[in-house]
Amino acid sequence: MEQIISIKPLFAVLASLLVIPVLISSSEKPNIREGWTILAGIIKFSLVVSMLPAVLQGQQLVYTLFTFVPGVAIKFRVDSLGMLFALVASFLWIVTSIYSAGYMRGLKEHAQTRFFSFFALALSATIGVAFSANLLTLYMFYEILSLSTYPLVAHHQDEEARKSGRKYLIYILGTSIGLVLPSMIVCYNLAGTLEFGSQGILAGQASPTVLGILLFMFVFGFAKAAIMPLHAWLPAAMVAPTPVSALLHAVAVVKVGVFSIIRVLTGIFGIELLSALNLGHVIGYIAAITILVGSLIAISQNELKRLLAFSTISQLSYIILGVALLTPKGQLGGIIHIVMHAFGKITLFFCAGAIMVTTGKKYISQMHGLGRQMPVTFLAFFIGSLSVIGLPPTGGFYSKWYLVLGSLQAEQLPLLLVLLASSFLNAVYFLPVVFKGFFAPVYSQGVKPGYSEAPSMCLYPLAITALISVGLFFYPDLFRDLIQLSMG
Amino acid sequence: MSFQYPALIIIIPVLAAVFCSALMWGNRRLVYPLCVLALTVTALSTFVLLAEVIQFGPVDYRMAGWPPPWGIQMRIDLLNGLVLCIVSVIALVNLIASFRSVEQELAEKTDTFYILYLLFVTGLLGVVITGDLFNLYVLLEVTSLAAYAQIAMGDPDRSPVASLNYVFLGVIGASFYLLGVGYLYIKTGSLNMMDIASILPSLYSSLAVFTAFVFCMVGVWAKMALFPLHVWLPNAYAYAPTASNRIMAPLMTKVMVYVMIRLMFSVFGMDYVFEELALSEHIVLLASIAILAGAVLALAQKDLKKMLTYIIVSEIGYLVGGAWLGNSAALTGTVLHVLNDALMTFCLFLAVGNMSYKLKNLHFDNLQGLFSRMPLTMAGFVLAGVSIVGIPPTCGFFSKWFLLSGALEAGNYVFLLALVFSSLINAVLFFRIFEICFFEPMHSGEDHAHEHSRSVLSEAPASMLLPLLLVAAGLLAVGLYSGMIVDHVVAPFVSGVVA
Repeated sequence: MEQIISIKPLFAVLASLLVIPVLISSSEKPNIREGWTILAGIIKFSLVVSMLPAVLQGQQLVYTLFTFVPGVAIKFRVDSLGMLFALVASFLWIVTSIYSAGYMRGLKEHAQTRFFSFFALALSATIGVAFSANLLTLYMFYEILSLSTYPLVAHHQDEEARKSGRKYLIYILGTSIGLVLPSMIVCYNLAGTLEFGSQGILAGQASPTVLGILLFMFVFGFAKAAIMPLHAWLPAAMVAPTPVSALLHAVAVVKVGVFSIIRVLTGIFGIELLSALNLGHVIGYIAAITILVGSLIAISQNELKRLLAFSTISQLSYIILGVALLTPKGQLGGIIHIVMHAFGKITLFFCAGAIMVTTGKKYISQMHGLGRQMPVTFLAFFIGSLSVIGLPPTGGFYSKWYLVLGSLQAEQLPLLLVLLASSFLNAVYFLPVVFKGFFAPVYSQGVKPGYSEAPSMCLYPLAITALISVGLFFYPDLFRDLIQLSMG
Repeated sequence: MSFQYPALIIIIPVLAAVFCSALMWGNRRLVYPLCVLALTVTALSTFVLLAEVIQFGPVDYRMAGWPPPWGIQMRIDLLNGLVLCIVSVIALVNLIASFRSVEQELAEKTDTFYILYLLFVTGLLGVVITGDLFNLYVLLEVTSLAAYAQIAMGDPDRSPVASLNYVFLGVIGASFYLLGVGYLYIKTGSLNMMDIASILPSLYSSLAVFTAFVFCMVGVWAKMALFPLHVWLPNAYAYAPTASNRIMAPLMTKVMVYVMIRLMFSVFGMDYVFEELALSEHIVLLASIAILAGAVLALAQKDLKKMLTYIIVSEIGYLVGGAWLGNSAALTGTVLHVLNDALMTFCLFLAVGNMSYKLKNLHFDNLQGLFSRMPLTMAGFVLAGVSIVGIPPTCGFFSKWFLLSGALEAGNYVFLLALVFSSLINAVLFFRIFEICFFEPMHSGEDHAHEHSRSVLSEAPASMLLPLLLVAAGLLAVGLYSGMIVDHVVAPFVSGVVA
């Protein structure tokens, strides 16, 4: 693999960090402040895109910032997997910034400058995770992301926000300090390096028992991936303003967790070692339990954002399951689900937020007939649902298709059944929302008879992400190529 | 005699203290500028000295040209070169940062305070720079006496008792140390560290040497507040004047750790401490208990300053345990942690000093809404707290990394678990404070956050704020450049003493 030294990944990380002082200094002028946020988003996205051609040619961009001890440094490396994640996160940040402006103003939220500043910090950390060349750098950005998200989760500063924020930190920090940190050091003492290698770095370095324990410490240590039983922070975090739930708790934060696990599975352990130890399938079955239980809990939810949260928990484990199948098709399906689920789920959250801004409603039982008032929002919700369920013509179909093929390739029939059952369950909890929105008689107060959509700054973003979800069904090529590059 | 920096480092602050005393009858307004000038020159000298050591190896300096073992020798290698820099920089920065708080708390006694401050710094620098065991004792007592007096100038109700407690334990500790040095003198006929180190190997089996070692260690542990000899520390530091606790908290204990490392690795030597005695597992266990006890006691506090003092007790466990693991990774971690912990503790106490400048009382209930009231002070506090927890890229992570590696290498899983567990408790401790400070006081009966009374911005003055932000940035810089610090300063020292 050809490596080029380039400072671009550092700039891509810094773009959203450096804009923070500007945001604070323009806190009295909301239009200028949001202008800067969007500008920073565009710069960040452009920087990421500018590295794409090199990555597609099979090159990697590396940049070492500080060397700590040999093999452990603060170092960036842009490979195809990181590129895929960075593309999705940095693009959706632009969309979410526009949406946030509409949402936060629509609800007259307080402390908007703080909100936008920490949002920008969170995005820096996300891109940092995507471009990390080793476990130490990844861990650093992972922790920065945890810390920067706290003020966003606890944004409302009331009793509920306090409880949720506390839960958030206990789960996320507790696991990362208690499990990831020690296993990282054990890993370094075994292998003498923490660089992600294409075949892993742990092969032949320790007994299967030690490796097995390490693997579990890593998988549960990255609690942002919300594998059960470490999932409870995610529904609690829904107390945050909806843009936070949309970008961070459906895309950036949770997928940083999943991404970290993928890096550990492929770059630290290596696919061959995992299949030799038979550990992949164990992880697969753990993920399968989360998939099923998450979907089942989602069915009983009445609060829309909580439903989406449990759906996310379930869908995140699809990604892990796909990679843990250890077959090329499973990996393709799992990793591309990062993209497909991101666009589908963010659309759904945007819709939930739009409903909140327009009508103040957050319970599904209050949304009967609302689709006639907000047809665009509900249509987008329908598209998002299709993508998460995995039906054509949406991108979600593509990832589910490959997941099913992957489980056949791995000859794991039980896992195949779990995938199918969960997709059915997804339909059970999503489609009634849409159906009742359009066709049920209104029996909740406050639903106006006429047409009344959310402010345009909320509406356009959700329309865009919904359209892209459809577009990804027809043109998944870019992301598929990136993943196939990463698999060599 | 061209190279006089070692002597200057001691003489300048001592002379400045004398001049300041004289100025009490003259122009009192000159006292403070003179202090600043003296400590600036001292700080610059220490850096020149460290650069010299890095470039040309250890520096020997003979007071008035008398050769050792008769004359007093100063010997500066990478270890104390580094500690000298830490001491002098923190002393200088704190002097600047504390100007306003000294004015506020010690209105009538500012000049006396500054003289004591200079003597305290002189003592610390002397303890670190000297190559003579008895000289070390004398300077240690200079430091301690200056510290007792400063502490007694604090909270009028509580600080006298706290200071008296400290006097009792401090004197006991110093006596133990002196007795130990006495035994060594009887056996070796020398007080010079290098001289003793060269004589001792033939006396390893001597019971008197063993007694000397134990007495020295117990004395040093009492002075550094190793659990359960820590009881003097929390009150002494919590009720001392702001300007004093800001310098004692980071420096006093760390300098004593330096003395311990010096005794273990340079005077008695690794062979004696780890081969002859075989005590290390027990001491590391003691250190693990200290880590956990300090952390748990910190959890029980309701006052921010008190909480931080127990965190110091916990951190002492890190350092003692790291030194007694006796492998190069752990010792690297310990030396690096002396630097990092001094900076982190300094940063924490700078932030706390700024808070108490505005708040008077740092009970947890008073801290609500502090992020809105003092955002920059809190930014510094958050960085320091995160560093204590050990989250990269702050410096606390990197020393913890080496300590954990060392524990793993030694196969000491008790210490390993104690480190991880204390990191978790530290996370709870600090995030509890962050949470309190993030939320505004909540009025019962209100259900929506938007109507809370917003706190008004009320930051500390710039002279207190800038040093804090500087040190906070230092935490990041030292963290990011810790690879360089280890390569150039810590690793050469460690490889010199660890076989």
